[in-house]
Amino acid sequence: MSDGSLKVIGEPRRRVDGRAKVTGQTRFADDIVLPRMLHCKLLRSAVPHARIVSVDTTKAEALDGVHLVLTGDAFPIAYGVLPVSHDEHALCRDKVRFVGDPVAAVIAVDEATAAEATRLVHVEYEPLRTFAEPADSLAHPEPRIHEYGDEGNIHKLVSLQFGDVDAALAAADHVFDDTFFFEGSTHLPIEQHAAVGLKDADGKLVVYSSTQTPHYVHRALAKSLAMPAAHIRVIATPNGGGFGGKSDPFNHEIVVAKAAWLLDRPVKICLTREEVFYCHRGRHPVLMRFRTGVRKDGTLAGVDLQTLLDGGAYGSYGVASTFYTGALQTVTYDIPRYRFRGCRVFTNKPPCGPKRGHGTPQARFGQEVQLDKIAERLDVDPADFRLRIVAPPGSLTANYLRIGTIALADCIHSVVRQSDWKNTFRKLPRGRGVGLACSSYLSGAGLPINWNDLPHSGVQLKLDRSGGVTAFSGATEIGQGSDDVLVACVAEVLGIDPFDVRAVTGDTDLTPVDLGSYSSRVTLMMGNAAVEAATRARDLIADAVSRRLGVPHERLTFAERRVFDASNPSTGVSFQEAVCIAEAQFGTIGTTGSYTPPKPAAHFKGGGVGPSPTYSYSAAVVEVDVDPDTGWIRVPRVWIAHDIGRALNPTLVRGQVEGSVYMGLGEALMEEQAFRRLPARLSHALVHKFPSILEYKSPTTLDMPEIFTDLIEHPDAAGPFGAKEVGQGPLLPIMPAVANAVYDAVGVRIDEIPITPQKIVKALQAKAAGRDARYGPAAFPPIRWPEPLLVAPPWEGGDGRASNEPSRKKRKAEAGVEATAGVRA
Amino acid sequence: MTPEVVEPGVKVRLSLVVNGERVETLVDGYKTLLEALREDLQLTGTKHGCELGECGACAVLVDGEPTLSCLLLALECAGRDVVTVEGLVSDGRLHPLQDAFADLGAAQCGYCTPGILVTARALLDREPHPTRERIREALSGNLCRCTGYLQIIEAVEAAAALVPHATRGPAR
Repeated sequence: MSDGSLKVIGEPRRRVDGRAKVTGQTRFADDIVLPRMLHCKLLRSAVPHARIVSVDTTKAEALDGVHLVLTGDAFPIAYGVLPVSHDEHALCRDKVRFVGDPVAAVIAVDEATAAEATRLVHVEYEPLRTFAEPADSLAHPEPRIHEYGDEGNIHKLVSLQFGDVDAALAAADHVFDDTFFFEGSTHLPIEQHAAVGLKDADGKLVVYSSTQTPHYVHRALAKSLAMPAAHIRVIATPNGGGFGGKSDPFNHEIVVAKAAWLLDRPVKICLTREEVFYCHRGRHPVLMRFRTGVRKDGTLAGVDLQTLLDGGAYGSYGVASTFYTGALQTVTYDIPRYRFRGCRVFTNKPPCGPKRGHGTPQARFGQEVQLDKIAERLDVDPADFRLRIVAPPGSLTANYLRIGTIALADCIHSVVRQSDWKNTFRKLPRGRGVGLACSSYLSGAGLPINWNDLPHSGVQLKLDRSGGVTAFSGATEIGQGSDDVLVACVAEVLGIDPFDVRAVTGDTDLTPVDLGSYSSRVTLMMGNAAVEAATRARDLIADAVSRRLGVPHERLTFAERRVFDASNPSTGVSFQEAVCIAEAQFGTIGTTGSYTPPKPAAHFKGGGVGPSPTYSYSAAVVEVDVDPDTGWIRVPRVWIAHDIGRALNPTLVRGQVEGSVYMGLGEALMEEQAFRRLPARLSHALVHKFPSILEYKSPTTLDMPEIFTDLIEHPDAAGPFGAKEVGQGPLLPIMPAVANAVYDAVGVRIDEIPITPQKIVKALQAKAAGRDARYGPAAFPPIRWPEPLLVAPPWEGGDGRASNEPSRKKRKAEAGVEATAGVRA
Repeated sequence: MTPEVVEPGVKVRLSLVVNGERVETLVDGYKTLLEALREDLQLTGTKHGCELGECGACAVLVDGEPTLSCLLLALECAGRDVVTVEGLVSDGRLHPLQDAFADLGAAQCGYCTPGILVTARALLDREPHPTRERIREALSGNLCRCTGYLQIIEAVEAAAALVPHATRGPAR
């Protein structure tokens, strides 16, 4: 959107780090080579669940070229990203919990020697029952994979109720009851995780890492190594793709830190592709059941959602992921009463965590496919049906999420118009179809992971006599363009060129804390902090220049590298002179800006997951060609509209939308993080089916459809220059839109992701045999849910508190202890 | 030219042309071209994503042909001509592909970019005005997880057309 008063914002522009990236000069973690550097390899468990009886490192230590062998004894202190699940040790101590859990580390002169030495480490295991599926974990509380969690092998049980849902469903004219399954998938960043640890010349610890969250790595290092955080420096190198997969503090980061500390030599590790598959922290497989009550007039009476998450072997972000499966259903559509019950179980597989859309794509898939079924039953157009139930702007939802601007209706109108929906839906020849779906996503989580009152993002500016400006921010460039957002915001406010601004980012010694590149928070939060810092700098300069030129402060304009009188533009000075005038008057010029999200409206336990300063919205129409004989499915075209608030750099925003469509199609059609048991005559281990890029299918240039992107720009007061998120939201409608399009094409429902030709053929066969024309899970298992927290919706006199919640004071005290534990020296 | 015997732990002399310059170095016989470029010649612009020939991140040009440097022993390249991303700049100017990639959003995280750039250059060297289908085919072995490929394909087309790009300020 062009706005006459803006010069940088809104213009398609080469990103500030573009040149580095096309010349090969961007320095990724594995590109770091230091004098005397040693190399690390991890010995990972080849058994899925076992007690460690003994670890013998004698032979490995004796190998020529080996400098150090570490085991779990070196890492007595647990860590984890969430304060409620510090359940990891850098190397396993008492037991291993999945194939891939690290047991020992070898540091040697080169990778080959380190790898050879890991094979000389002898580990004796006492095998334990393997939990391969959530059903196993629900059925068998013993042996416990972890000694914590809500019960047995159930990590987390969530039960929340907003109004009397049972009464709402009983009074509804129709109740739809559908079960869906969403298979796990992994991030597959092309860059494998890498880290370099070293003791710097001053004797302090430095860790370079391909991490999205240097602040959390910083905290994890301080805790697990029992070192003062002030003497640890974490430098996030630009990530060669993250997508959520580099958001946890990782064992290998802590291992190279410890090794470098002990040896006083730089130590590097770079994971193999197979190790990256086993590190995972990706999309949770989720089984879900939606019961939705609908009134005759096509409005929703209530929704009752249950989700079952396969968490894998560790907590990771899993508690948050669990809440997220049920958090955002209400921000797209008006749902007057809502119940959400979620269960995350531990299994002996690589831990699941946050992948683009974190916890929300799975249930969004179920919700949007069910809405398609409802529309068909009510004989209304699915687009019109959704337009009727779109949530109102500025409203508070049943679960106390505050909606800001909402351009979802505009998004629906856009894709309907662009795709010629009215002339294609249910009108194309057999084998061709179109499907529509919508979604929403956070523009940053409203609450921090570690509960405290501190800002979520800080920006510092240094203004120089040269006229150059340096912007410091803890945000991490993972390809999304955060450096570009930082520079653009500063350049816009100060009226200079982005090339005049240097970004220094993701360095815990040099930059103020930003919580990290996750939850689509950086543009909004860092952007707001940058605008505040730059506005303060502009005010200082304007004060000084105003006095020097005798022009009132408010008449001074900053543009085209000048500071001048708006009513007489020839009266003015260059930006460089202006900085010098200010420095002469005030001394060294530096400013700061901070961003803290508004307080959420929810006051019940669990209400901390879901609030955001504002939400983005998306609608998509996907066209498919399905061969009714083979089930072969092809996507020729996708239309997508995204409610971005304002596009700061439209080139990058479009890239985020298209990249999301791409990743959504991968999940919809082919990507599976799936596991199998090796034969009993071998180890019977539970292993990844295909831990290689060749067999883990992802879309190539040949698979990509045409994508028609429409950016809907209604600036939102919560965002910098009105911007909302774009990195994750546009992925979410793709999977359900594909499923709905398949139904339009061949008349079968695929209630499971991914939608493969095999599943389509099976559903077509079922249909031909007169059975349910569907492929998907048969039932949701019985789970002993706890009594739900009862929160009355705002329109039923609620105040955001649960009427039956025990002692909140006690809870708060516990949360405080957890928060400080993370930074204990 | 393949040496007859490579003793473990004994470095072997390797002579080749990299980015137009003759290079003499000693490498371990087991090293791939990828490892020799990154570790022995400090040319870290070439990336790795799998080291099994699956992702295309390590592509370089060997005698003008796009080649996966993770599948080729360094010693197999003796006497041959290798071009990496560092060799795309000439006379201090970016190759038109590099300008187009930077301007048009074709590089997000930038990790797959070096491999895609050299592969695209080989295409344009051979077919200066390829169709969109030809570009898709040529780049089908290079995986990118960020862009969805469309801005990459458009950037190749823009470079091929040598049309000035709609950006502000001079190319840097």
